[in-house]
Amino acid sequence: MADTSEIQAELATIVEEVAGVPASTVQPDKEFISDLDVDSLSMVEIVVAAEEKFGVRIPDDEVKNLRTVGDAVAYIQSAQAA
Amino acid sequence: MSATIASTSGAPHTAILGLGAYRPSRVVGNAELVDAIDSSDEWIQQRSGIKQRRFATEDETVQMMSVAASRAALEQAGLAAAQVDAVIVATVTHLMQTPAVAPAVAHELGTEHAAAFDVSAACAGFCHGVALASDMVRGGSAKNVLVVGVERLSDILDLSDRGTAFIFADGAGAVVVGPADEPGIGPVVWGSDGEQLDMIRQREDWREALAADDPQMPFLMMEGKAVFRWAAFEMAKVAQAALDRAGVGVDDLDAFVPHQANMRITDAMARALRLPERVAIARDIAEQGNTSAASIPLALERLVADGEVKSGDTALLVGFGAGLAYAAQVVKVP
Repeated sequence: MADTSEIQAELATIVEEVAGVPASTVQPDKEFISDLDVDSLSMVEIVVAAEEKFGVRIPDDEVKNLRTVGDAVAYIQSAQAA
Repeated sequence: MSATIASTSGAPHTAILGLGAYRPSRVVGNAELVDAIDSSDEWIQQRSGIKQRRFATEDETVQMMSVAASRAALEQAGLAAAQVDAVIVATVTHLMQTPAVAPAVAHELGTEHAAAFDVSAACAGFCHGVALASDMVRGGSAKNVLVVGVERLSDILDLSDRGTAFIFADGAGAVVVGPADEPGIGPVVWGSDGEQLDMIRQREDWREALAADDPQMPFLMMEGKAVFRWAAFEMAKVAQAALDRAGVGVDDLDAFVPHQANMRITDAMARALRLPERVAIARDIAEQGNTSAASIPLALERLVADGEVKSGDTALLVGFGAGLAYAAQVVKVP
């Protein structure tokens, strides 16, 4: 299990690799779509990469609730704890 | 009586001996399609990498395009039609339930009663055909086999469907598979996942379509996002397995020629496979759209024509689509 800052750093690396957004801009308050310009297909890639990285399952129904980076970090952390 | 049935064995190794392509004459830019799907050129390019595609004219039938691509493949192989023992046509858009189009193609080419049949494995059809052909040659049931991937997807496209209208297109590609001194076609890695039958499919079967008060073509439908997830990640694993089965590492690879489904799928697969920079990646989809069974031979032909790969190079092919069905193999470029 990882703490919040570790998850956020790993997730930022994934977002950078997939969407070409500098990892430093991937902050908790940023929205994937409006702030980071991540489209629906990139979001699928980020989700799958995150599932592999963190060993969690993020169902498609859940993805639309993950508006911000902080939402995603919180979801991953709780899924790891479950 | 205890009769003994003779068995056959063929060439120890097989290879692709010739490659041909046919690109239909009508070029259709994104601008022509955007109004009906309330979209834009920019959006289409961003989501798919497609700048234009080709739609066949009335005269460019499945049979006509198949024959044209086949003649080019035979010419490169230095073979006459009479030397072809079998013709396999991979297609889902020969809109005649029976007979298959392959016997007509075999006849028009001038083969001497070659075995001929169609394969229905959608976008994976070409790689299925190459696998079958290679095993037929190795098993001794044929010496030279023509494999065609051909589609007229524009016939089954709903041009008002935002999920498919800008994706699919028409064309044909063909290869000749025959005996070789050393392995030119690696072991196939293939399979299906019928649990995901609905992900890409004809809207309804012909009986249902014809029973309607106002019968319409049962158009092609696709769950784009789910297909993207499956294709981009699961198919990278299949492609990797084909490399492993062939005993070829990514460092030995010259070209990656996935089914041209969507540029974003190609990009994601290339990332997952960690392909070195120098590996040429087929991106024919930008000009050709997704031509299902035809896309891999068309894309390979484009790489050769553009000088990005040459004869003898090692290429990884992976086809995937409705079924879901998939097949991958490593081949030497003819």
